[in-house]
This record gives sequence, structure tokens and C-alpha cells, in this order.
Amino acid sequence: MGQPNPTPAHVAARTAPRPVEHRVEEQVTGAQSIVRSLEEIGVDTVFGIPGGAILPTYDPLMDSQKLRHILVRHEQGGGHAASGYAHATGRVGVTMATSGPGATNLVTPLADANMDSVPMVAITGQVAGPAIGTDAFQEADIVGITMPITKHSYLVKDADDIPRTIAEAFHIASTGRPGPVLVDIAKSAMQARTTFSWPQQLTLPGYHPVTKPHAKQIREAAKLLATARRPVLYVGGGAVRSGAAAELRRLVDVSGAAVVTTLMARGAVPDSHPQHLGMPGMHGTVPAVAALQKADLIVALGARFDDRVTGKLSSFAPHAAIVHADIDPAEIGKNRAVDVPIVGDLREVVADLVPALEAEHDKVGRPDIEAWWHQIDTWRETYPLGYSSTDDGHLAPQSVISRLGEIVGPDGIYVAGVGQHQMWAAQFIRYERPNTWINSGGLGTMGYSIPAAMGAKVGEPDRDVWAIDGDGCFQMTNQELATCAINDIPIKVALINNSSLGMVRQWQTLFYNERYSNTDLHTGHGTARIPDFVKLAEAYGCVGIRVEHENEVDAAIKKAQEIDDRPVVVDFTVSRDAMVWPMVAAGVSNDDIQYARGISPAWERED
Amino acid sequence: MSRHTLSVLVEDKPGVLTRVAGLFARRAFNIQSLAVGPTEHEEISRITVVVDVEDHPLEQVTKQLNKLVHVIKIVELDPEASVQRELLLVKVKADPTTRSGVLEVVELFRAKVVDVVPDTVVVEATGTGAKLEALLTALEPYGIREIVKSGTLAVGRGSRSITDRALERVRSA
Repeated sequence: MGQPNPTPAHVAARTAPRPVEHRVEEQVTGAQSIVRSLEEIGVDTVFGIPGGAILPTYDPLMDSQKLRHILVRHEQGGGHAASGYAHATGRVGVTMATSGPGATNLVTPLADANMDSVPMVAITGQVAGPAIGTDAFQEADIVGITMPITKHSYLVKDADDIPRTIAEAFHIASTGRPGPVLVDIAKSAMQARTTFSWPQQLTLPGYHPVTKPHAKQIREAAKLLATARRPVLYVGGGAVRSGAAAELRRLVDVSGAAVVTTLMARGAVPDSHPQHLGMPGMHGTVPAVAALQKADLIVALGARFDDRVTGKLSSFAPHAAIVHADIDPAEIGKNRAVDVPIVGDLREVVADLVPALEAEHDKVGRPDIEAWWHQIDTWRETYPLGYSSTDDGHLAPQSVISRLGEIVGPDGIYVAGVGQHQMWAAQFIRYERPNTWINSGGLGTMGYSIPAAMGAKVGEPDRDVWAIDGDGCFQMTNQELATCAINDIPIKVALINNSSLGMVRQWQTLFYNERYSNTDLHTGHGTARIPDFVKLAEAYGCVGIRVEHENEVDAAIKKAQEIDDRPVVVDFTVSRDAMVWPMVAAGVSNDDIQYARGISPAWERED
Repeated sequence: MSRHTLSVLVEDKPGVLTRVAGLFARRAFNIQSLAVGPTEHEEISRITVVVDVEDHPLEQVTKQLNKLVHVIKIVELDPEASVQRELLLVKVKADPTTRSGVLEVVELFRAKVVDVVPDTVVVEATGTGAKLEALLTALEPYGIREIVKSGTLAVGRGSRSITDRALERVRSA
């Protein structure tokens, strides 16, 4: 037997040395070498907090004309801010922290970025070289701790290794399947004298991401797509990361297939496109879930057959042949067996697939998919996305989020936390562009929204950036409002305040006999209101607005839109009984999707 | 379950063994044996891993291993087309009354005695896992004091070298 792994069709020669235009060589300290490396790479923003072991680096950082350092209030905030920046701009986000607790506070953002393939570099200080391994003050083996949750990591003890290591870190973070890279640098290396030279030759003999898809596989995929009677394009976050939106649009148009965009891919295909059925999965639309279930061909593009999409895996899309394109070969065939595997950068894959499909159409004609669309349209008419008004007289959270999307429009950037508000924001806002919907999908990190919105606003200062957050999430990371207020980062926050850990409460309602164990947060209407979010916003130098009635919603959103000199927090006090529908319960077949509580679509019998 | 032997060529960098071993643990694969050592090229180390898995999960773990930046190449070695050996050191009771019996077993298995004191001997043997198991069974009646065993080492039969092309990569990078 030979190599059990797929042989790369084409090896990206990205590690090849670049032509040297200007060569820099300077006698500096290791700390200066860090700052100079970041400058040469083209970093413009660093989110971080200093501390003992990183202190030497903060000194030259103060003098840098090219790096803007934003002092966050918690390292987790710095990490998520770097992630939000990367999501919004497509560039590598950078965060900096000290050793020990500073570094361990980055664990959550690193794990988050790893799950969602976010390009990010974290630079941490480490105790001095001779002290490593002695349980020194603020020592933690952060390389060891983060090994399973980073794409790669480095421990640098020699100042001479700094520029090459940082160059490699950015290269690894931003190429192939993007992800977080940790660079842990001993304080002694920061203090040592060294030569800073640039550019650097990378030495990565084991790192060769395949970006160019195999022509034969593309032809096979085109053949299937040209003859399928019930085709669905299943678009995942890889489409956003690779910047494939334009190519994807062509594929959707040329193929005539139905298209669904996962939670990580909202915006990759415009929601206004007539072939777009919305989001699949646990809280996906009935047409999107049903189309996947009944498809005879699924073309997965940068998606990973996550359990939240497939439901019970063994009953997922039982009749479908699978084409699976991804830049990460390990995703292909991981959860679902594949008929045509394609390893490559999504943008290149789709760009190649379009002419291949056109060539097939010329040969065999266009497939007859009229019956399929008739079926889909019936689902769309019968089970449109919707919600019912509340019984308790309080605001319906879905209507608040819908109005927000309508008023702010597709040019805004929406950043969610995790839970009910996240799902409603994914469902009820119409996304027309990629990189406008930012959320924590894989890890499901509560508290993501505020710092990530801050990072997005820094990266895209001319856009309206709305954090859509829950009262639970908000209390985990709202300290970054101070960072926003002081550093002139006027984000807007739509707080969907249902006075509880809403998604957990929904599961308690549905699966735990309405026994609400530890989900009441006392922040809403008629409670102690601890904390009072309007006062809290004001204490942080933000504008606080409370909205309790339907007729105040539009005015509050418009008022927030007009304020651009400080952050705004709108506390929408909503009903706590609203639930996210449709829903496929965990571990259940997608066939058993409930449109609303107790209402399941009646599927026509299979022919 | 079936047994697979993987030769993993890695850059000789700190922590690389942790990364490889950690990956197996994280993805819930049991390592049967593990042996690490230098190769004829100082930049490259070779990790020989023996795992008990089905083909599908093996493909997954191989792909995941390939994603490790320090992993240069992975080759699965077919037992039929490779030489696979383990090293065994075993301390056996052997007093004047039993020593000749012990030595007879040692002779039969083409093992050798590498240390002798009045009441014990240390026996060194190499071979396949099955052969070493048989040797231990034969020595058991005399009283085994201590067993030390290496992981499996494996090399493909024939003239091809799996490190050559890997080395080109390292040198050209």
C-alpha cells in the first residue's frame, strides 16, 4: 500500500522565496524585532493588554507609526476583536497578551477561531528562557495548552528566530484553511540584541496547502450537476473565507440548482436570489432542510456536514450523491461518504466548475429540474419563515431583529453572540454580501458579539456595525464597551433582552418539562433589572436607550443610526417565551423538523 | 479492527512528538506502539506508529496528521512488503540448576544473553511481535523478573527510500 492520503494535484508554491525588492537589516532588540516584523507584514491594528512578560514589546510598540494598538479590557475581548476584524476584512487579526493568565484568557478566542477557520495570530509573552519549566510567576505552558485548538504554534526562545517565526505564523494563519496561530515569545528573547532582517525565507517543508482543484474531479462534478434532477448547492463558510461570492453567483445561475447557505455562509449568496432557500440545519428553513433531505445531488462547497446541519447523520439526505469541495482534505469524507471529492480553494473550484458545467450543458443539454422547483416552491409557500406574536404583550424578538435588518440594510455588518438571538439574526436579516454576518458558529461562544463587533468596526470603520446580543452573552464581555467608547469605536448594540438564558430556557420548555433551572437573569421587564443596561451603557460612556413597545422600535434604531460619536446600546425588552422555529431537535432526523411547536410538515410519499 | 503501521516523517523540532501523540489521543485512536528516532538526514525524524483501526478512521487520522505543519510525509507500511521488528530485553531467573534450560531457549530463538549474575540473566532478542511473544512464553516457567520492549520499527523492502523525496522538500524549503 502506498500513501493513504490523497496525493495533492498541485502543490501551492507559496512558500517559495519572493523576489527581494528592498532588504532591511537593523540592529535591534527582540522586542523591536517583533514590532518591526508586524510592521513589515502590514499589520495595522493589534488588540491587546500588556503585562510582565510582554512588557518589553509594549515599549517599542508605543513608538510605532504603523501599528495601532487598542487596549482591551480583557484578553478574551482582544482575541474576539481580532476575530471580528478578520471576519469583516478577510485580513489576519492580531491579538497580544502577556504570559500565564493573559495567555490562558486567549484559550476561548483561539478555540473559537480554530472552529470557524478565522485567520488570526496571537502573540504572547512567556517568562524568561531560563525560568521556563520552573513554575515561575505567571508561567503557563500556553503552547501545550493550545496545541489542540490552534492551526500551529511556536515557542520562541532565541531573538534571532523572531522575524522568521512571525512571517511563518502569518503565512500559516492566512493560507490553506485559515486558522489561529500562537507565537509565544520568551521575555529574555525580547530583551536580547538581535539583527532584524526582512523579508524572511520561510522554512515550512511540511506545509503545502492544495489550492488548485484536480481537473478530472471538476469534470466528474460537472457531469453529476448537469444531470441531477434534484440538485442542491450546500454552501458553507469556506465560500466566505475564500472570497468566492462572485464565482458562486455564476454557478448558482448557470446550474439552476437550489442553494442553501449555512450559519457560517450567510451572505455568500444574496438572500434575494430566487434560488436561495435560506439556512439549513437545526434552525434552518423548512425548504432548505427539506431540499437537502430530498436531493439526488448535494454539492457541498466549503461546508463540513456539521451535526447542526445534518441532524441524525445516518438519515441525512439518504438519496443524494455527494460532491464535496474543500481546501481541507480531512473534511472530505469525515462525516459523510463522498462520491466526488475535490480538494482546492473554493474560489478556484467554483471558477473551474462553471465552465466545466457549461461544457456539459452543451454536450447533454440542461437537466429538467422543473418538477424539483415545483416541489420546492410548494414548500416555500406552505412553510415560509415566520413567527407568531407574543402572548404576554412584550415585544417579539423576531420583529425587532427584522426591523433592524430592514432599517440598517445590507450594507451594515451584523455581529451576533450565541443563542436564540443569534438564530433569529441568521434567519430574519436579509444578507446580500459576504462578510456582513459575523458570529461564533462552531464553538458557540457566548460573549462573542461585543468584542467581535468592536474588531469589525475597527476593520470597517465606514460601515454601521451592529452587535446583536442577548442579555446572557452581553454580561460576559460588555467590558469592551469601555474600549469602544475610549478608542472612538462607535459600535451599536441591539440587546435582545428576554431576561434569561433564552436558548437554554427554550430547551427546558421543550425537553425538561418547563422546569427552568438556573436560566432566569432578572434583567427584563418587571424584574430587579440587575444590571440596568441603560445605566450600564451610560456608565461606559455610551448612549443607552430602552425599548419596551412595538411603536418605539423604529425610532430607537434610527436614533442609534444617527449617533456616530460613541457606542449605543438599545435595550429591547422582549418576551421571554418566544422560541426559535423551525427546529430539528438534537440527534433527530431532519425529516422530523418541526415548523412550529408540534407542527411537522407532511412529506409527500417518495416515488 | 485491523492493525496498521504508519511511518511518519517529521521535522526534528521540539514538541513534534507531543503534537503527533496528542492528535491520536484527541481523535480517540489507540496507539499500539510508538517508536521515534533519527533518520539518515539530521533534519528529519521518523515516528513509527502502530494503530488498531478500521480503514475509514485510519484515512481520517492520516489526513489529520498531514495537517500538522511539522509532518512532512506519511506512508503506511504493508506487513507483507516491509520488515517489522521489535526489541526485547527480558530479565529471567537463572540459577545454576536452571541456567542451561534458559540458555537452550535463548539459543532456540537466536536471542542472546547480554548480562549474567549468579541468579539471573538478561536476554536480548529482536523479531516480530509474535516471535517475541513465543520467546516470553518459553521463558515464563523459569520466572520473569522484568520486561522491556521497544515499539515496532519498520522499513519497506526493496531499494526505495521514503526519506529521499521528503528530504528534497526540506532542503528546498
